[in-house]
Amino acid sequence: MYKYDEYDQRIVDERVAQFRDQTRRYLAGELSDDEFRPLRLQNGLYIQRHAPMLRVAIPYGNLRAAQLRKLAHIARTYDRGYAHFTTRQNVQFNWPKLEDVPEILAELATVQMHAIQTSGSCIRNVTSDPFAGVAGDEHIDPRPWGEIVRQWSTFHPEFAFLPRKFKIAVNGAAEDRAVIQAHDIGLDLKHDAAGRIGFRVLVGGGLGRTPIIGEEIAAFVPWQHILSYCEAILRVYNLHGRRDNLYKARIKILVKALGIEEFRRQVDAEFAHLKDGPATLTEAEVARVAQHFDDPEYAELPAADAGFAARKAENKPFAAWAKRNVRAHKRAGYASVVLSLKPTGVAPGDISAEQLERVAELAERYSFGEVRVTHEQNLVLADVRQADLFELWQQVRDARLATPNIGLLTDIISCPGGDFCNLANAKSIPIANAIQARFDDLDYLFDIGEIELNISGCMNACGHHHVGHIGVLGVDKNGEEWYQVTIGGSQGNHTALGKVIGPSFAAHEMPDVVESLISVYLELRHADERFIDTVRRVGAEPFKTRVYAERAARLEDERKVVNG
Amino acid sequence: MAEIIRNGALHADDWEVLRLAEGQDAATVEVEHGRWIVPLAVWQAQREHLAARAEAGVLGVWLAGSDDPAQLADDLVRLQLVAVDFPKFADGRGYSIATLLRARLGYGGELRAIGNVLRDQFFFYLRCGFDVIQPQPGKYSAAQLQAALASLADFSEPYQGAVDRAEPLFRRVRREVRA
Ligand code: HEM
Ligand code: SF4
Repeated sequence: MYKYDEYDQRIVDERVAQFRDQTRRYLAGELSDDEFRPLRLQNGLYIQRHAPMLRVAIPYGNLRAAQLRKLAHIARTYDRGYAHFTTRQNVQFNWPKLEDVPEILAELATVQMHAIQTSGSCIRNVTSDPFAGVAGDEHIDPRPWGEIVRQWSTFHPEFAFLPRKFKIAVNGAAEDRAVIQAHDIGLDLKHDAAGRIGFRVLVGGGLGRTPIIGEEIAAFVPWQHILSYCEAILRVYNLHGRRDNLYKARIKILVKALGIEEFRRQVDAEFAHLKDGPATLTEAEVARVAQHFDDPEYAELPAADAGFAARKAENKPFAAWAKRNVRAHKRAGYASVVLSLKPTGVAPGDISAEQLERVAELAERYSFGEVRVTHEQNLVLADVRQADLFELWQQVRDARLATPNIGLLTDIISCPGGDFCNLANAKSIPIANAIQARFDDLDYLFDIGEIELNISGCMNACGHHHVGHIGVLGVDKNGEEWYQVTIGGSQGNHTALGKVIGPSFAAHEMPDVVESLISVYLELRHADERFIDTVRRVGAEPFKTRVYAERAARLEDERKVVNG
Repeated sequence: MAEIIRNGALHADDWEVLRLAEGQDAATVEVEHGRWIVPLAVWQAQREHLAARAEAGVLGVWLAGSDDPAQLADDLVRLQLVAVDFPKFADGRGYSIATLLRARLGYGGELRAIGNVLRDQFFFYLRCGFDVIQPQPGKYSAAQLQAALASLADFSEPYQGAVDRAEPLFRRVRREVRA
């Protein structure tokens, strides 16, 4: 993965010094709360319900063992012994003290990490495919481009105070694993007819209060011009995005208001001036960055490892894990392993300091010392020999990271919700945990098959509820916590927004509601149909009908119990 | 007299910013004697009789975030001072306006950041082509401004090109390729 040179290192070191001084001035009363807010936000520091929350950037989700150890150390020294991986491939600490943050940033800088632009109205941490470089369906590795975008956007002086936050995602495979359609800019790497590299560019996607799927603004921007092209988009947005209403300030609202044709016209006019300017990328620069992502030294191995197959045949739990948590690799004899951060009863995405250290060790022993973060809030060891899988599994299991549920109902995406977040209408984590507890039976879970259930505690949609096959959204009804349910959302190449099935539910009803939805699916599914496929084929009606009929029956029972 | 930052040092400065009050008309408002930075609307309405003062270097024009800098394109040769107003420090349109004035319209005179300009943004102003920063009078003590001068060099080698250094890092220096 990318290693800092002296310039990269200097920039993060200078940032630490700058933020140390800003924090000192704030604590000394020289900076007002209002003045300090954007400064701390641009360093990932939120003030939330109980304490500040510090969001640390993990550019395009890549981590090294030494960085994991540092995160473990920070969790132990400055927090309560754990960390939380987010849907944007970042990591958050929920309990640091404001006074300690400069020191935490200094520690991070020693392992080439930072919290720059992880929040605030600026260009945020760039995200990408967690299987970049190892997936069989990849045509171009997105990681060098993620790094190039990271460097360009870091402290970009023109775009430090945008109308609102700005998120860029890069994908380079047939399957979109970076949710590029739900980003302010989605960059889709491709070859043109002549085999040249460039980007299909999407703009104006985003979730949140007004979920919108990004539209194509350019079919092909040659790689040399991608930064100039992004600059053109950002300039139009910076000048014309709404600043009068926080809820209408995202670029998606501007694109909708102007229409994609007019927006494109304005961007093209700007691009005409910028094209071939100094921001034009050079082959030397791209090659310099790309070499950091050269393949590790893979061994020549047979395509399939006989031992692996034998172990699967004789060990059912291992086979279950291999089925769900192990993915094919582009190289013969290798596989990618997903470590589940979704055991029942743990907040999705949470990981303890001890686990972080174990993962560091395992990465060093089995996967060239590197780890990826997925936006589904799990971790990936990308380059494991099939021959090592059984041994690895035993250790992952000991570390409680081997729940065989990747892509299944209990692999829930959830925001921190009301337990931590000021903006929440409702709690998320207890709902996730209750659903996990209900569907704890592995055979049942496997039978239900692939399904994505996403939970957000409010319409800001940090938990991506709009694109969950089942989406759960916390709403406030007269000061009480209720949950609205959508079905039919999806991410990836067929990104779609879910539709609300009807009136919302109380927290304790949620496992039953999910159970009702699942039962309809199990009855109606065709062979090989996933939940989402059935919803698409039969529509929402049968699901709605069943959910509310069973709800009425439950209420009736409750009434009888109360009266009886 | 206000303290401003120019070329990395503090200077006393007697330019004043004219802001139209409620009900004042750009065409009729009187621009008194002295050094005034007037709104674009006043300049456009009274260009004929303000032009000489502009050319003499005692009158400048300021742009609001909603003003298109191209409206000044034909005037830039005679203007010696253009300012861009930051109504709120978090309103970043002024960075793009400054960039356009310098990089697109070729403006070479004095470019001032006025309004709600905060010391933690000074570095960004300079990068976008402002050469003078004029905080609101009383906002900072002389000691604070002095300390702020140090922050002008917060980042010694920024990655991307901007007005101050048009070339991005990868063009300015030779970055080592891993052995
Ligand atoms: C205290 C913690 C948090 C606060 C105050 C917060 C606040 C917000 C707000 C206000 C939005 C809506 C922005 C908009 O629509 O313009 C948002 C969106 C989002 N947040 Fe958070 N958030 C928090 C934690 C998280 C966490 C933990 C995650 C990941 C698990 C996350 C991921 C996201 C994502 C993916 C979006 C949707 C982005 C989009 O609209 O495209 N946030 N957040
Ligand atoms: S979705 Fe709402 S409740 Fe959940 S973290 Fe985001 S802002 Fe907080």
